Amino acid sequence: MFQATRFSRRKRRYELLARAVLFLMTLLIVAPLVLIVGYLVYQAWPILSLDFLLTNPRNGMRAGGIWSPLLGTIYLVVISLLVATPIGVLAAIFLNEYTRENWLTRVINMSVLNLAGVPSIVHALFGLGAFVLFAGLGKSVLAASLTLAVMTLPVIIASTKEALAAVPVPFREACWNVGATRWQTIWHVVLPNSVGGILTGVILQVSRAAGETAPIMFTGVVFYKAIKEGDPFAYSLFGQCMALSMHLFTISTQVPGVPKALPYGTAVVLLGAVLAVNALAILVRLRLRSRRKW
Amino acid sequence: MVTSANMIEIRGLSVRFARHEVLKNVDLDVRRNEVLGIIGPAQSGKTTLLKVVNRTIEDTLDVSVTGTVHVDGADIWKLKDLPALRRKIGMVAPLPVGLPLSIFDNVAFAPRMAGLRDRHEIEARVERCLRKAALWEEVKDRLDSLGTRLSGGQQQRLTIARALSHDPEILCLDEFSIAIDPVTTMRIEDVLKEMRSEITIILVTNLVQQARRIADRTAFFLNGELVEVGSTEAIFSETPADRRTFQYVRGIFG
Repeated sequence: MFQATRFSRRKRRYELLARAVLFLMTLLIVAPLVLIVGYLVYQAWPILSLDFLLTNPRNGMRAGGIWSPLLGTIYLVVISLLVATPIGVLAAIFLNEYTRENWLTRVINMSVLNLAGVPSIVHALFGLGAFVLFAGLGKSVLAASLTLAVMTLPVIIASTKEALAAVPVPFREACWNVGATRWQTIWHVVLPNSVGGILTGVILQVSRAAGETAPIMFTGVVFYKAIKEGDPFAYSLFGQCMALSMHLFTISTQVPGVPKALPYGTAVVLLGAVLAVNALAILVRLRLRSRRKW
Repeated sequence: MVTSANMIEIRGLSVRFARHEVLKNVDLDVRRNEVLGIIGPAQSGKTTLLKVVNRTIEDTLDVSVTGTVHVDGADIWKLKDLPALRRKIGMVAPLPVGLPLSIFDNVAFAPRMAGLRDRHEIEARVERCLRKAALWEEVKDRLDSLGTRLSGGQQQRLTIARALSHDPEILCLDEFSIAIDPVTTMRIEDVLKEMRSEITIILVTNLVQQARRIADRTAFFLNGELVEVGSTEAIFSETPADRRTFQYVRGIFG
């Protein structure tokens, strides 16, 4: 009864083969990641220190640290998210909680999705036209941050909508049934149960904003700028700044004679910051899952 | 405003979803402080009727409603203050929905949303409603735990407590007993019988005997049509006005 037939043996072989191929593909994804991080850290090791973080680039960017670009990136990311988060979250609440499906909302939702797919260089051009020139902000931290905000906005709207939609509709109906208004329902029941998902979506945009080069290059980031070391308020909103992504590009390709460890150190800091932020998002999500209320 | 003898007056009510007509030209009065039983097989429009009364029907897509509905003398389509209408009506859905809040907050939710602030008053009201829903003894020591973690039957009673928490004048129960054991069902039925002196009750049920036990009058719906409405005694007699009523009540179809 349990004797192997030719057919069953063949099935077994295919099963093993499928497993092997799928495993190999997974390995193929993970391996480069490990290699990249490992290689970066190995190359950057001699230069990594607190001093590297807290001193300006010196000697035509061939020596010193990355204080000025690091602080610039922090400024750009923080300001852009301070602008994009409230607008995006509120717009998503409106779209998800107050509108019904009709042709207008379909058009809006389609545009949001399409906007999320616009290449960053196009956002750069838009930022240059809208903020630098038309609004008269000039090339500045503010103009660059606003450009990044426009770029991250559609993704924040989409992820917030998803987080809101994860709260079951019967909860809302139960609230409406006892005479709660839409806003009371949102404030007391929907938001408390979706805030984790919303935050995760926003935090993930940090890495996107930090990594972009094109939009900020056009709108407010400069080749080189020395600032007061150790002063977290060294940049002004209306002045220009440096940024890690741009700095990495510059010292890797534009300046001759840069010691090898310098660009690798910059890359490690950028990657490390992004990974740390992503880890935070994962923590938020895990915490949320452990506190699920239904 | 003239206080009419009827709590709810429905005239020429038709509801259609896209192409499907779920209620057809219904005329129905619900008298003050009566228990009106609504019976009928699935798809006969009973639940839709309740959704019209508190206007939650509007949240459904592709729905068109015609006809007039007066609640306590006011035309509900002309009301500006929708929450006020919904506070007048307690609604219990067939499947229990505990809000993702503590048991206490589940019941305190509606009064708080209506602006009640006094802590003692809220506490008293929560206890009163939980007692009415026959749940107090089981949860009084753990009011802080999540309402969504209660068993299905307990959540249903929590839903009933919540439906009473804003002191409604009308209580609509839609198949409230499908998730509750028979003993608890009987306890709640007793509570309903007591409450009818204070409040108007609409009881939608698939259990015709439940209507027979507690309803003063009973309405029979079939395929969106109100076949007949009359005293429960008459509906369950040998000779109701419509032959189909007799057949349904005796379990010959449906």
